[in-house]
Amino acid sequence: MSAALLSISGLTRRFGGLVAVDSVALEVRPGEIVGLLGPNGSGKTTVLNLISGALKSDTGSIQLRGRPLEKLPAFRIAREGVARTFQLVRVLGSMTCKENVIAGLAFGAKSRWGREADLAAHELLARVGLVTRAHVMTSELTYIDQKRLELARALAMQPELLLLDEWLAGLNPTELRDGIELIRSLRAEGRTILMVEHVMDAIRSLCDRCYVMNAGKKIAEGTPKEVLADPEVIRAYLGDADA
Amino acid sequence: MSARNLAISAALVVAVALLALVPSVTNGYQLSLAINIVSYTVLATAWTLFSGPTRYVSLATVAFFGIGAYTVAVLGEELAWPLVLLIAFVIGFVLSLLVGLSTLRLSGVYFVIFTFGLAELVRQLVTWYEVNITRTLGRYVFVDITTSQIYWQLLALAVIVFISGWLIQRSKLGLALRVIGDDEAVARHVGINTTLAKVVLFAFSASFMTLAGAIMAPRWTYIDPAIAFNPVVSFQVLIMALLGGVHRLYGPIFGVIPLVMLFEILLAKFPNHFSIMVGIAFLLIVYAIPRGIVGLIEGAQLSLNRMKGAKA
Amino acid sequence: MFTEPLLSGITLGGIYALIAMGLTLQYGVARIMNLSYGESLVAACFAALWLFTAVSVNPLIGLLVIVPLAALINWLVYQVLLMPLVKRAPSRDALEVDSILATFGLLFVAQGVMLAIFGGNYFSYSFLAIPVKIFGATVSASRLLALGFAVVIGLALYLGLTRTRAGTAIRAVAVDPVSALLVAIDVRATAAFAYALGGALVAAGGVLVSMFLTFNASLGVVFTMKALIVVIMGGVGNLLGCLIAGMILGLTETFVATYVDPGLTLAATYIIFILVLLLRPQGLFGARRS
Repeated sequence: MSAALLSISGLTRRFGGLVAVDSVALEVRPGEIVGLLGPNGSGKTTVLNLISGALKSDTGSIQLRGRPLEKLPAFRIAREGVARTFQLVRVLGSMTCKENVIAGLAFGAKSRWGREADLAAHELLARVGLVTRAHVMTSELTYIDQKRLELARALAMQPELLLLDEWLAGLNPTELRDGIELIRSLRAEGRTILMVEHVMDAIRSLCDRCYVMNAGKKIAEGTPKEVLADPEVIRAYLGDADA
Repeated sequence: MSARNLAISAALVVAVALLALVPSVTNGYQLSLAINIVSYTVLATAWTLFSGPTRYVSLATVAFFGIGAYTVAVLGEELAWPLVLLIAFVIGFVLSLLVGLSTLRLSGVYFVIFTFGLAELVRQLVTWYEVNITRTLGRYVFVDITTSQIYWQLLALAVIVFISGWLIQRSKLGLALRVIGDDEAVARHVGINTTLAKVVLFAFSASFMTLAGAIMAPRWTYIDPAIAFNPVVSFQVLIMALLGGVHRLYGPIFGVIPLVMLFEILLAKFPNHFSIMVGIAFLLIVYAIPRGIVGLIEGAQLSLNRMKGAKA
Repeated sequence: MFTEPLLSGITLGGIYALIAMGLTLQYGVARIMNLSYGESLVAACFAALWLFTAVSVNPLIGLLVIVPLAALINWLVYQVLLMPLVKRAPSRDALEVDSILATFGLLFVAQGVMLAIFGGNYFSYSFLAIPVKIFGATVSASRLLALGFAVVIGLALYLGLTRTRAGTAIRAVAVDPVSALLVAIDVRATAAFAYALGGALVAAGGVLVSMFLTFNASLGVVFTMKALIVVIMGGVGNLLGCLIAGMILGLTETFVATYVDPGLTLAATYIIFILVLLLRPQGLFGARRS
């Protein structure tokens, strides 16, 4: 078993009386695609927010290659090599597609700027299928294209760990197929991904391993096949059979 | 550098050279109008430098402007002029760093509130200091500087502000601020130290305002805290920037020129109802042209291009 | 010696709390950051002054006229001036910026009108300026009366918000306008109502203040500033927070004015503000936000 890229233990975050994330432990190894599943409100997005520094944890540790992240501000975590997309897609509305990608290129640990950034931006836009739209304002993009752009911006940071928050949600069947292909091609490049996802087809075909959360707690882990057959997971999604 | 850029640069150099000749071809009234225009250009552009990309509305323009003016009133006679300007710049820079560091880590509304009361705070502190420590409320400004020299200094400052603004826009800092203006959460997640970027730019913007106040101080022969920290100045600068358009560095000029003229007329015709008139003018701008004149022009160009595109 | 500033501090603090409650309604519920808030207070001072000196109506009766009138005016301001901004704003942040700009403009119009009518002089009138002795300290009866009214009004507001249907709707909109819409609350009407209610509270505060403070046409900014600081210190939308933060501010100011220098009260206010920003920007009782 290779050393973990990301290892989390005892992670807890409360909102008032609600324990959104309750002593969660998980691990992501280099080159893996790991799924984070669970019903709505189970705390998946909160976990991503804690990893990326959008929220601070109450207790627990988050380590990337052994370096602690939990005390760092979000921008430092980004420079340590964690990039993310957002559940509700967030593109920079007053800028062109290319500028959005340059925003991802310019400020990371391996910052690129000027001519170098221009070239890299075109490559990344080509990578996600947006090269013809480089100079289009992001506000004019369709939903799927905004999602592609957000992914290109995250990839621009050359992250060691990529966090995808329901990146495949809200796509139609054709777009979904393209989207799954795109993520699969990232795996081929050796990227490490932790993804929150509801689309079961995507989880089955993409994830090496999955964690399942319910009401803030981790309730199962294993291969997609294993966890999706787990009675407790089925209960979490469908409710008690006798309810 | 492309031929087009070269042509633009040459035209700008010629324009500045021509503007430098203004004192020799104008009478006293026209020159004072020109000084007003250039000083408000500096203030509104410096305001836009920070507030344009970040969308953090600063209401403290006159706090910094007034500090500049007061620095001259206190030190003008005692030190060499360049040294006085330097000191004013440093005071403005340090104060704005303090303001920035205490508010810009937080969401924009704290910054707005802090700057909203800042001019009043500084005014009261200066008043308190003058009354209790120096026992002179109000000072005469005796420095050996002619009106033409004031104009030239302001013009030079305006050039510096524009060049800095242009350099910042092309730099990573400029991009960082635009990202912050669009979405601060995204900015942090692409690795931008948002607090640092905002504080640095705010400090530069505020220091330029302080310098403008210092250069303008000899225009008054007498200043007291109520004159130096008149809140209407902050308000006017805000209106001018908004009327011109804050998403382009050159936008504010389009607001400064018509409004300096308008305020000149209003002040002459309705001296007692000036702030009502300015308030109404401002409300009209906020409601009718939220993107400013430059925004209007660009919007018109865009729809014109679309019409052409549709025909082709 | 010590009880005197303590009593004046509590009076002032009670009034600050009342004023801040109005602002927290306007900002917390209607999402309008109202920079012309203090101008409403000063206008109420002048209205009370005029009623007292010109028509000899005492300020407590004056409350019955001024407060409903202020509610009406603020409701109209919301419907006519602010509604277009609410409608065009793509997001809450955009509305915040727009409302800051619009109310900043309103501030200069309102202040200009008052300056044109009353000039820049300070005003006061003498109502119930009878010295009263409590706990060995001498306080003017008008101050105590003002405090009493502030307590009654504040309590009524608290009960109204927590015990009535309309109050529940207001609190729902403050917490989550989108979900409030889903449970059939008319969010815009509720926001307009909260804005008007906020205006009514600040007018009440103005009338009470006018009974014992001198005031002039350009005092609004300072009151807006203080109300904003109290709201932030107490936590936006938190009425109990307003009360405690208002007391802290009122007592600090009075003690600074008594023992240090009256010219430094605003500086003391700002020091409190900076401390809050550095130590607890979410407010004394505010929940930690993301």
